[in-house]
Amino acid sequence: MLSSLRRIALTGCVLGLAALASVSAKADALDDIMKTKVLRVAVPQDFPPFGSVGTDLQPRGYDIDTAALIAKELGVKLELVPVTSANRLPYLQTKKVELIISSLGKNPEREKAIDFTVAYAPFYSGVFGPAAAKIAGPADLAGKSIGVTRGALEDLELSKIAPPTADVRRFEDNNTTISAFLSGQVSLIATGNVVAAAILARNPPTRPEPKFVIKDSPCFIGLAKDEPKLLEKVNAIIKKARGDGSLDAIAKKWLGAPIPADLPT
Amino acid sequence: MNLALTDLTDNGLLFFKGALWTVGLSAAAIFTGMLLGVFGAAGRRSQIAPLRWFAGAYVELIRNTPFIVQLFFIYFGLPRLGLKMGSVEAAFLAMSLNLGGYATEIIRAGLDSISKGAWEAGYSLGLTRFQTFRLVVLVPALQKVYPALTSQFIIILLGSSVVSQIAVEELTYVGSYIQSRNFRAFETTLVVAAIYLLLALGFQQMFAAVGRRVFAYAEHRR
Repeated sequence: MLSSLRRIALTGCVLGLAALASVSAKADALDDIMKTKVLRVAVPQDFPPFGSVGTDLQPRGYDIDTAALIAKELGVKLELVPVTSANRLPYLQTKKVELIISSLGKNPEREKAIDFTVAYAPFYSGVFGPAAAKIAGPADLAGKSIGVTRGALEDLELSKIAPPTADVRRFEDNNTTISAFLSGQVSLIATGNVVAAAILARNPPTRPEPKFVIKDSPCFIGLAKDEPKLLEKVNAIIKKARGDGSLDAIAKKWLGAPIPADLPT
Repeated sequence: MNLALTDLTDNGLLFFKGALWTVGLSAAAIFTGMLLGVFGAAGRRSQIAPLRWFAGAYVELIRNTPFIVQLFFIYFGLPRLGLKMGSVEAAFLAMSLNLGGYATEIIRAGLDSISKGAWEAGYSLGLTRFQTFRLVVLVPALQKVYPALTSQFIIILLGSSVVSQIAVEELTYVGSYIQSRNFRAFETTLVVAAIYLLLALGFQQMFAAVGRRVFAYAEHRR
């Protein structure tokens, strides 16, 4: 008697759990967001200018502004969830957030685990130099001096593509490379667009303007697999923001340059 | 522990070039630094007050600031004042000035150890103060402090590793260049350290031989 009762109770529990599981699997992320009126976004807080903590202890940066833009377009409240680059994907996979806006690059391994929207931010290594320098590609580096941080991605790539007469000067660390450029010891600098933006923000006498791209790896927004409605909606919002200049405004504010025209859509 | 030194065999020429730069820069800096040291020491014991002040200020400035700061000041700072030089020139200047400061103090100590009688002997032969300094006092003074000088030379040789910071392609630069490409940090550093050790020991032997030759006249007094 007791044992059969127990069996019924147990069966009920199992059935209930299974029902719960199937409900959450069927639920649509966009519907959930519209229902709860809250968009939860994973953002960085240790990676300026994409995401950092301001002097008012509030998160600020390119990614935070992009998240705010999407929440506004959706007409919902924004909830920022600070993440590190290592735990970004787990946060999404365990449904603690609906979107990752955390300077996330696309690669085949990640594409197996999550879906990506169109690109929302430029992220590339390139050669930068004063506006007057006429540099359109690696061949134009002949006879020029280029500062680069030893062992960095830019060093390895530049060593392959620069002509032999280019004077590639490899410095110990990022700051020394920047100093060499700013003091005029090298006429060009090969670095990330984010670093160039950080230099531009300080209004230096010699300005590192973009010349050409060495390696491009733009940032995408990540979302869970099989959420076509959310994907479509966010894509539409980004495309609209690129069209009406609101994404350009964010790019100018945090990266010191508008969105490059070749950013994939 | 798995040592993969064979991964470095392709880089022999790079290591050789790096060691050559290290030796060349150090030798040049030791030559100029010694000249600066002799003039500086003469300045510190000069009867002309401004010369004494100037030499004293030079010594204090060099000996109380880090070498890397002196190097960065010359390479990154001077272009602001309109004096721009390449990384090799800046490294040579910084190393010479640095050694000059220390050598001044070491040679001054040597001069102080020479008895007043030696000066007076020079004067009694009708030599001027400068002639006495050059012909009578200087060499015995250098001999007294020669061991201290040579160890300062070795310090300059090893300290030249710092100039890799401003992209001078000497031994340390080569080491860091190689390990940034093959990720064999331990093996590369081991080879670099071994080359420095050989260079330092070589310098030591060479200076000892030079010393035996230059100070041979005094051999019998020992």
